[in-house]
Amino acid sequence: MEFKRIKDIIAIVTTDPDTVGGGGVPIFYAADASERERIALYLSRILDAMVHDLENGTYFLTHH
Amino acid sequence: MTMLAHREAIALGLVLGFLFRIYMLHIDYRQYPSYPHGVIAHLSLGFIAAFLGAVAIPALLAKEFTAVTFLALAAQQFRDIRDMERKTLEKLDESELVPRGPDYIEGIARVFEGRNYLVMLVALVTSSLVTWFPSFIGLAAGVILGFFLAHFRRGKVIKDIAVVRLGQVHFRGANLFVDDILIMNVGLVESRSLMERHGVGVVIEPKDDNARATLANLGQRRAIAHEVATLLGVRKDVAEPEFTPLCRLNTATGRAALFILPVEPDKDLAVAAVGKVPVLESAVRRPLRTLIGRKASD
Repeated sequence: MEFKRIKDIIAIVTTDPDTVGGGGVPIFYAADASERERIALYLSRILDAMVHDLENGTYFLTHH
Repeated sequence: MTMLAHREAIALGLVLGFLFRIYMLHIDYRQYPSYPHGVIAHLSLGFIAAFLGAVAIPALLAKEFTAVTFLALAAQQFRDIRDMERKTLEKLDESELVPRGPDYIEGIARVFEGRNYLVMLVALVTSSLVTWFPSFIGLAAGVILGFFLAHFRRGKVIKDIAVVRLGQVHFRGANLFVDDILIMNVGLVESRSLMERHGVGVVIEPKDDNARATLANLGQRRAIAHEVATLLGVRKDVAEPEFTPLCRLNTATGRAALFILPVEPDKDLAVAAVGKVPVLESAVRRPLRTLIGRKASD
């Protein structure tokens, strides 16, 4: 079993652009909640990453 | 006196030792990775161990002192078994959806090494008793010793150190809880509803501070998740990290909770499965044996 020292955010999906900003990580802007849900699902399955909900309209993906 | 005079002792020691090895494989198949060929490897080594144990005393009586030095050589050989078993399991673990974890693997490897010494002991006791007493006494003593060792060696399970019961799976916002124990944050709404419908939460309540320390061990919790996933199946494929069974701790109460999405819908089976998980040797802590630990516990 492999351990990752640092957990990186690998992508952000949001319906509220004001809540995120800054560098390094791709941000996907979704028009509404269902689109956010769909984008997050696709990214999760393709990247083998876990989707977390910050409960302010922003989801992010990370590896565990 | 030649060694041939002890034919009977050697033969009985060998047979009993070998039967003991088979018996131990039988009572513990669950920890076993690759059934048919792994069994052959372990039976062969068990046979060698039984033979070494059986000839030790007759060799001494025949003044074949060099033969006894082979015992030392044997100990070296059996240390390799631990290595072999560890390497195999580590390799297999890479492709497990719910890995065993290094602690569990180390425990299993150590058990496989230890068993060969037990086989040697049974063979040794049997053959030496048969040398000096009627053979039925040696046989009986060997069998009794075998059952005693197998029972003594079996070790504790989670049920012995903790109260295991069903917990309530629920979400607070995006956070998944089993009773009051936070498991994880789940983003996808669809996953959440699936987890709420089919998920099973099992709460593990430690009986004392020793058990609490054991449950806090990460390797132990990973072993629990692995065993339950093996026994009940898990609704998970690659690229679905949120369906990984997780065992998390409430540090305030010391209670642990396992969340799993089992294939088997019977929730009581999950409770039974958790109860049957072996307590890892490496996870055993005994703070209550010390004065400080006892004072800290009240």
